[in-house]
Amino acid sequence: MSDLNSKKERGSLAKWSRRGFIGAGVLAGGGLLIGIGVRPGNPVDALRPKVAAGAGEQLVNSWVKIDADNIVTAIVPHCEMGQGAHSVLAQMLADELDAAWEDVRVMQAPADGSYVVSDTARMFVAPFTMNAAAWIEPTWDGLFTQIGRFTDAMITGGSSSIRSTGQYQMRIAGAAARQMLKGAAAEEWGVPTSQITTRDSTLFHEQSGRSAPYSRFAAAAAEQPMDHTPQLKSPAEYRLMGKSKARTDIPAKVDGTAQFGIDAAPEGLDLSYAAVVRPPVNGTSVTSMNAERAMQMPGVLQILNMGDFVAVVGDSYWEAQQALGAIDIEWSEAESPTRSTEDQFVAFAAALDEAGDDGGDEVAAKGDATSAFADADTLIEAEYRVPYLAHAPMEPVNCTALVKDGKCDVWTSTQVPLMARTAIEKAIGLPKDDITVHHPYLGGAFGRRLENDYVTMAARIAKATGYPVKMIWSREEDTQKGVYRPADLSRHKAALGADGKLVGYASIFTQRHDPAEASVPAMYNIPNTSVRVAASDLHLPFAAWRSVDHSQQGWFVESFIDEAAHAAGKDPLEYRLAMLGNSPRHAAVLRKVAEMSDWSAPAAQDTAKGVAIVESFGTIVAEVIEVDMAAGKPKMTNCWAVCDAGFIMNPDGFRNQIEGGIVFGLTAAMYGEIDLVDGAAKQSNFHDYKMLRMNEVPAIEVAIINSGDIPVGGAGEPGLPPAAPALTNAIFAATGRRLRELPIAKQFA
Amino acid sequence: MTSFTLNGQPVTIDADPAMPILWVVREKLGLSGTKFGCGIAQCGACTVHLDGEPVRSCSTPLAQAEGREVTTIEGIAGPDGELTKIQQAWISEQVPQCGYCQSGQIMAATALLRDNPAPSDEDIDAAMSGNICRCGTYTRIRRAIKVAAGIEQPLSERMAGEA
Repeated sequence: MSDLNSKKERGSLAKWSRRGFIGAGVLAGGGLLIGIGVRPGNPVDALRPKVAAGAGEQLVNSWVKIDADNIVTAIVPHCEMGQGAHSVLAQMLADELDAAWEDVRVMQAPADGSYVVSDTARMFVAPFTMNAAAWIEPTWDGLFTQIGRFTDAMITGGSSSIRSTGQYQMRIAGAAARQMLKGAAAEEWGVPTSQITTRDSTLFHEQSGRSAPYSRFAAAAAEQPMDHTPQLKSPAEYRLMGKSKARTDIPAKVDGTAQFGIDAAPEGLDLSYAAVVRPPVNGTSVTSMNAERAMQMPGVLQILNMGDFVAVVGDSYWEAQQALGAIDIEWSEAESPTRSTEDQFVAFAAALDEAGDDGGDEVAAKGDATSAFADADTLIEAEYRVPYLAHAPMEPVNCTALVKDGKCDVWTSTQVPLMARTAIEKAIGLPKDDITVHHPYLGGAFGRRLENDYVTMAARIAKATGYPVKMIWSREEDTQKGVYRPADLSRHKAALGADGKLVGYASIFTQRHDPAEASVPAMYNIPNTSVRVAASDLHLPFAAWRSVDHSQQGWFVESFIDEAAHAAGKDPLEYRLAMLGNSPRHAAVLRKVAEMSDWSAPAAQDTAKGVAIVESFGTIVAEVIEVDMAAGKPKMTNCWAVCDAGFIMNPDGFRNQIEGGIVFGLTAAMYGEIDLVDGAAKQSNFHDYKMLRMNEVPAIEVAIINSGDIPVGGAGEPGLPPAAPALTNAIFAATGRRLRELPIAKQFA
Repeated sequence: MTSFTLNGQPVTIDADPAMPILWVVREKLGLSGTKFGCGIAQCGACTVHLDGEPVRSCSTPLAQAEGREVTTIEGIAGPDGELTKIQQAWISEQVPQCGYCQSGQIMAATALLRDNPAPSDEDIDAAMSGNICRCGTYTRIRRAIKVAAGIEQPLSERMAGEA
C-alpha cells in the first residue's frame, strides 16, 4: 500500500489545487507538536486601521483586540457557514488568554493577505517542520505566511478550522497575548513577570494586592516581544476548551438580524438587482438573443448579453427575473457527446472495462490480490453507481458588486475570499489591491462556495453597469448550472477464505479527487488489497461536495464489506470488528455504537439495523441506522453515531455537526440525484431535487470518545460518509435486497 | 398603492401588486430576516404570517396583503425586544447552524405553538415539514419546540458537566 503520509505525497507542489490544498491540511492529522502560529514580528500598526479602528480599541497581536470596556475580540480567519468555527476558534483563543468568556466577541478577519492561514500552507508543503526546533520557527513561519499569501490561503473547508487554525494559530495567539499583557503589567508594576497571574480578563499581582483589567495594558502589551512558542495549557488546565459553550452567532440567527451575503445593503449604495441565466449545457454560450419584449417590461434597467450568460438588471430582483423569462436566447451546440445519464455511465463502464484488473492507476496495493482471487474459496463481485449531486445550500448563489473609479467592492458568501479577489482581478482587469471582498455569514456552502464562478459574474455585471448590482441566481440556476459531486461507477471484488475471512479486496472506479486516501479501507486488516482508478471525463463540472470522495467511497466500501460479511454468514458488525485488530480506536468506536444501538437485540417485526464505519478528515465515525419496512418502503426510525476525533473542543457544537452530516448523507442516499437530459441537468428545484424533511429524519443520538488530548479530526464532514451505507445495509438486513445504486427512494416507488 | 400593517406599523407602498411579499419586504422595506430559498413555496425559508397564519411569502403576491397584517421574524419579539419562548428555546437548544432557514422555521413553529401549546411528534411533523433545513437541524428544531412548549427540559440542564 502506498504511504499516504509520506512527505513526498504531501509536499508535492504540483498538486496545489484549491481542494488539494485543503485536503493536505486534513492529512496532517495528529501527532504534531503545538508551537507555531503567530507570524514574525507584530504587524499591529499595519492592521489597526483594518480591524481595530473603533474608539478605545487596541490590537495586542493580529488575532486579539481589546477595547476600553475590557471586551476581548478574537479575529478569526475562517468564514462562518454554519459549522460553528467562529465561536469555537474564539473559545480556544480565549482559553489560552484567560479571557472571561461572556466578554469575548468574534470578528471575521478581513479578506486581506495579513490573515492567510499560514498553517494550511505549512501543513501542505512541509508538515514535517511542524515540530521543528524553536530557533527555526520565525523563518519558517514567515516563509509559510508568504506561501499562504501567494496561494490566497484563506480557505474554509476540509473540516480543518479547529484542528489546524485553532490548534496552531488561535491558541498560540491567545497564549502569546496573555504573555504580552503580563509583560506590560510587570514592567509598570516593577515586579517579575512570573509573579503575575491572570483570570477572567484580569491581571493580578498577589504579593502587592494589585490587579487591573486587560484593557489597562492592551496598548503596552502590543509593544512587548511576542513569543512564537508560548507555553500552552495542558488539558487539565482547560476552562473553555472541551466545554459546550453556546455559539456566539446563534442569537442573531433567531431574530432575523444575522447578515448573509444575500442581505448585503452597503450603506450609501442604491442597489439594483440582476437575474441571470446561464447556458443549459455546460460550456456553451449565447449565439443570439431577442430582448425587445423584455426591455419594455416594468422595472427593467438593462439587459446584458455577456456571452456566457445573460443578465437582466432591474429595480427589483422579481422584476428582473420576470423579464429574464421573456427573452428568447439561442445557445451554441455542445461539444460534449454526453447527452444523458446513461451516456455518462456507458463512458464510465468503458473506462473500467479498458482498465481491466490491472489497468488504470494504482491508488493503493498490498500483498498479492491477483493470487488471492485465484485461490479464493468464495469470490464475490459487485458494481455500485452513484449520481451527480448538487450542493443546494439554502442561500442561493448570489453576489453584490460595485465597480467604480478603478475600484471594486463585492459582498458575497464565500469560503475563499482571497481567491475570489484573484478571480475578480482576472475577470475585470483591476489590480488585486483595488478589490475588496466583504464576506458576511454564509447561508450554507458545503463546498459550493469554494468556487468563484458567481463572484466573477457579478463583478462583470457591475463593471458593465457602473452602478451597484446585487445578482441572485434563481433556485433553478443554482440547481442546474452549478458544480457537482461527480457521478461514478465502482467495481468491487472480494476473496473469502474457508472461514469467511476477507483475504483479498479490489476496487476500481473512475473518480479520484480528494482526499487521496478516501477509497482505501486501510483500517481493516486485509492481507491482499488492490485499489485502482481508471479516470473518465465528467460532463458536469466537478466541485468538492461535503466530504468529497468519501461521500461515494464510504458507501462503496462499507456496502461491499457488508456484502462480504453476509456472504461469509457472519454478523456484519462482528465481521468488521474481527478485521480491526490493528485499529483499536476504530474497534472502540464500533463496540460503543453496538452498545448504544443494542445491536444484538432481536429486531422487531419489519425492522432491521445496518452499520457502517468510516474514518474521514481524521475523525472515526460509526453509525447504526434502524429502518422500518412495514410500509414496503424504508422509514428511518433511529440513528446512533459514535465519533472519535481525538479531543473535542466543543461537544455540543461537534454533535450538531455530526447530526447535520448524517442528515446530509441520508438526504443524498434517499433522494439525491442530478440527471442529464439533452446534456443539461434535469432536476431544478426542491420539488424534484428533494431534501429530507422533519417527518422523515430518524431520531439521532451522537456519542463522543475523546481518545487523545488534541483535536486530530474535523467535525463538518465526517458524520456524512457512514450514513448512506448504514442505511442501505439496514435495508438489506430487513429485506434481503441489496441496493447497489443511489438514490434509494425511487427504487421503492 | 397597497396598504397593510407590517410588524404593527402601517405601510403604504407603490409596487406591482403581483410582486411577491418576500421581495417587497426585503428590497422595498429593508427587512432582510425573511429569506429567499426556492421561489416556489417548496422550502419555507420565506415564511411570514399573514393575519397570524404562516404563508410562503415568495409565492404570495403583495395584493393579498392589502388591509391585512404581515408579521416577519423581526416582528415577533416583545415590545422591549424580549425574545419569545420559541426564540429562547432555539438558543438554549443551539439549533441553528448556518441559520438561513431559521427565520422561516421559527415563524412556522410560532404559529404551531399558538394553536397547539402541547404538540405531539405528529403535530410537529405536520406543521414543520414544509420547511427545509439543509444543515439538517431537524432533531434540534423538534426538541426546541418541545422545550418552548414546556414538554422537555432545556439542553443546558441536560448537559451537566459539559458546559
